Amino acid sequence: MANVALRKVVKKYDRTEAVRGIDLDIADKEFIVLVGPSGCGKSTTLRMIAGLEEVTDGEILIGGDLVNDVPPKDRDIAMVFQNYALYPHMTVYENMSFGLRLKKFPKAEIKSRVDHAAGILGITELLERRPRQLSGGQRQRVAMGRAIVRNPRVFLFDEPLSNLDAKLRVQMRTEIKKVHQTVKTTTVYVTHDQIEAMTLADRVVVMNAGTIEQLGTPHDLYHTPRTKFVAGFIGSPAMNFVNCKLVEAAGGGLSTRLGNGLTFKVPPDRTQRYKSHVGRELLFGLRPEHITEPRGDLRPDCQEFDVTLDVVEPMGMETMVYFMVEDTEVCGRVNPASAGAPGQPMRLVAELGNMHLIDPQTEAVI
Amino acid sequence: MTAAAIGADAPRRVVGGSIRRSRRWALITSYFFLILFAIFFLVPPYYQLATATKTSEQISNQDTNPWLPAMSAGQEGLNPGGANAGKANLAKIKKDSWLPAAVQGFMANISQLMNDTDFPIYFRNTAIVTVCVVIITMVIAVPAAFSLGRMKFWGSGVLATGVFLTYLVPDSLLFIPLFKVVGGLGLLDSYWGLVLVYPTLTVPFCTWIMIGYFQSIPKELDEAALIDGANHIQMLFRIFIPVALPGLIAATIFAFTVSWAAFVYPMAFIYSSDQLVLTAGTITSLVKADVYQWGMIMTAALLAAAPPLVIYAFLMDYYIAGLTAGATKG
Amino acid sequence: MVDTTPRGLAAAAATMNRAPTRRSGGASLRVLARRRSTTAFLFALPLLAVVGGLIVYPGFYAIYLSMLNKAQTKFIWFGNYTFLFTRDSFWMVVQQSVLFAVTAVFFKALIGVITAHLVNNLPAKGQRKWRGMLLVPWVIPLSLSTLGWWWMFDPTYSAFNWAFAQIGGPHIHWLSEPAWARFCTILVNVWYGSPFFLIMYLAALKSVPGELYEAASIDGASAWQKLIHVTLPMMRNIISITVLFSLIVTFANYDVVRVLTAGGPRDTTHVFATWAFLLGIQSGDIPLGASVSLFMLPILAISAVFILRGVRRRGREI
Repeated sequence: MANVALRKVVKKYDRTEAVRGIDLDIADKEFIVLVGPSGCGKSTTLRMIAGLEEVTDGEILIGGDLVNDVPPKDRDIAMVFQNYALYPHMTVYENMSFGLRLKKFPKAEIKSRVDHAAGILGITELLERRPRQLSGGQRQRVAMGRAIVRNPRVFLFDEPLSNLDAKLRVQMRTEIKKVHQTVKTTTVYVTHDQIEAMTLADRVVVMNAGTIEQLGTPHDLYHTPRTKFVAGFIGSPAMNFVNCKLVEAAGGGLSTRLGNGLTFKVPPDRTQRYKSHVGRELLFGLRPEHITEPRGDLRPDCQEFDVTLDVVEPMGMETMVYFMVEDTEVCGRVNPASAGAPGQPMRLVAELGNMHLIDPQTEAVI
Repeated sequence: MTAAAIGADAPRRVVGGSIRRSRRWALITSYFFLILFAIFFLVPPYYQLATATKTSEQISNQDTNPWLPAMSAGQEGLNPGGANAGKANLAKIKKDSWLPAAVQGFMANISQLMNDTDFPIYFRNTAIVTVCVVIITMVIAVPAAFSLGRMKFWGSGVLATGVFLTYLVPDSLLFIPLFKVVGGLGLLDSYWGLVLVYPTLTVPFCTWIMIGYFQSIPKELDEAALIDGANHIQMLFRIFIPVALPGLIAATIFAFTVSWAAFVYPMAFIYSSDQLVLTAGTITSLVKADVYQWGMIMTAALLAAAPPLVIYAFLMDYYIAGLTAGATKG
Repeated sequence: MVDTTPRGLAAAAATMNRAPTRRSGGASLRVLARRRSTTAFLFALPLLAVVGGLIVYPGFYAIYLSMLNKAQTKFIWFGNYTFLFTRDSFWMVVQQSVLFAVTAVFFKALIGVITAHLVNNLPAKGQRKWRGMLLVPWVIPLSLSTLGWWWMFDPTYSAFNWAFAQIGGPHIHWLSEPAWARFCTILVNVWYGSPFFLIMYLAALKSVPGELYEAASIDGASAWQKLIHVTLPMMRNIISITVLFSLIVTFANYDVVRVLTAGGPRDTTHVFATWAFLLGIQSGDIPLGASVSLFMLPILAISAVFILRGVRRRGREI
């Protein structure tokens, strides 16, 4: 059990900078997820914590010890790889015990540790099988078992679920969360899937182009994204962004003019926050789930508007409706019963309490 | 449209020749030509076998069909050159007359070969040389392939390419300078000289195919081993060699067949009968007398070729994997 | 964990910024990397010794040897080469070597492609058996199988001539007439080398994705068009690698000519390898033998460069 700290960590390959000075404090027993598009440096960061990549600059501390120059085997970490990296010629038992055997643990100790881990993961019957006789989910469990028997200070997961099919992925996600609640080891988990990040993490680190865009709880990231990147990355379908102009409204207060004659009132509690930007061209951001069909009484922060539907996508429990605002396609999430057909007009409601305004130059959320 | 209407509207058959019939013809044609090629490829070994069942007297009888094996037992006294020991054995075999004449003749030739010639010595020498060369080759090639393919040090890429290039340098170019080198070491006319030079035939290619096998192992496997605390030697012996076992077998088979069949080096470096190996020995020593004993020579050629053939018969897939591995890298 | 702004983090970092204890035990990463290079180098060292001592050094030594006089006492620069240029037998060997290699490789490739396609046409479970049977010539040590051919070409007892006699055909002096002797050396080489092409092409044929043929069928391609537009382009690389590789092996071949004709009749079937052997080992003129064998070098070098290019490209495709 240990906390992990990164201090201005930099990784350069030849001339390209994969990680550009990251600061991160991970508390003991915390489950941290690094998420971002491919090439954002999340895997490199994880591999530096593991000791598989050398740190170009900065410091990595595990449990308060500087481990920059400590080889992986002495860092007291365990790692689960995307392709599991099980040794194909060893049985499950041999796979899980390999590290302990190399460290010359007594046989009885090895057996009890493996049995314990196998019990947690429900793979006791598989111990004598070889990896190729296992299904994807079972291999995943064995890979986790191999990590658990080591009883490490830190668990590292490198996109462990991306080789599984969608259904199994959801199941294993729950499994990983359960295991973490059981063993309570500090965990760093890398994924490109924001849903995985949101469901698993105590705190999520959104990375982009080698830097941390935002660090926070899933709730923070969803409701108060700090940049356009985070706003667009978290949430599915992605947040709508429409060009707008912030103007003074007739009866006092502010409003955003979107084009197509569409004008949204800015909720009064935001007036103070946006005041200094009046008259500027900005980006208006609103998630699809905050564009719905009218439901009874209109809340004060909501506003009705009319559009002509472009595309309608029924999803079962809800229906996605798409319409154009100027040149931008905007998505809304409505009740299937109220969705119209393509080409027909529809009345929608924008929940403006959840709107964001983004500075197009700095891409920062105002 | 109702169901009845659909049923009445019978589907129109588009006529364009029967697919099944044209497939059948293609198959028959394939078999026909394959049989022709198989005859072409298998005639020499078959003819060697047919000859190996005969005595010299049967062979020189031009009235019988040379393509057929011996139909009747050979006449004992007319087998020229057969020393006494061979004759005695021959007489013993003849008593077992329930055996077909061809088998009797073949056994008689084997017996003569074993008792009257240096063939057993050649066989022993070949076995010693081959086993030594296979061991040396694997001991050199496997760690080198692991180093060049997986550990990557400064210049390892260039070196891997260089290894492949040296594989393309033929023995018929190297035998003259190696004659001087082997001579300088005092190993001329000794099969230990062959043990020294045969690795030039085996090591580069075996290294090359092992590099390919090692590189096909996902890199996460050594990272997992690294985190598990394995050093590089443990990684090689406990992870890489077991995982790349098929490649190891293919490389071993390659080294074995190449050293067994090597011809230029023993022709150049060996001239004493007690140091000769099978290939050169069969060709230089047995094919020497004024009267060729064809039955015995063909028996020798067949027996000498037997070990590679047996290995091939049992490990064909590994043999072929090794053969085709050279054309791809990684 | 509450404060999530970067500035807050930095502050947290500052408060936590006690001197970190350096974790001892185990070598540092940099030492590890250095040790890793050293291990890698040690692992490759025996290979370097073999390649350097028994291939590269002798290669250069051969060049040096070729510039000595027969007694190896005097350095005569290119004397041996200029001497060879004046000899008719040398030019005959050049001619014969090229004829031998080019013709043999052409027919090997042709038969290899044909048989590979034939085997590929068969139902999958029969293919293994046929492939196993057709590869036999490649498995038998060449010198020993050539001995069998030699016996079939025997001047008195030739099994071919016996067969021809049964149908009233001619009696052919297989190995004593230059034209026939040349034909025989090439025939034996084709017999031996075709199975290698068969195996390589068969493996390549299997690596062509079946969807391509299905797509071509739907596009209306005939069997012939599939061969021309799908199969051959997909196999171009492996064909060229195999051809060049075989060119090297055939060009440098010693076994067939040595066993079948030993260069005769009247030196008409000598190739570089056998002639170099005759001059260098049997006649004891090592420098002259070395110069003859070195004439193989240019064609080997050119082929090698192209093979390497092909192998790299194929490596990328797979």
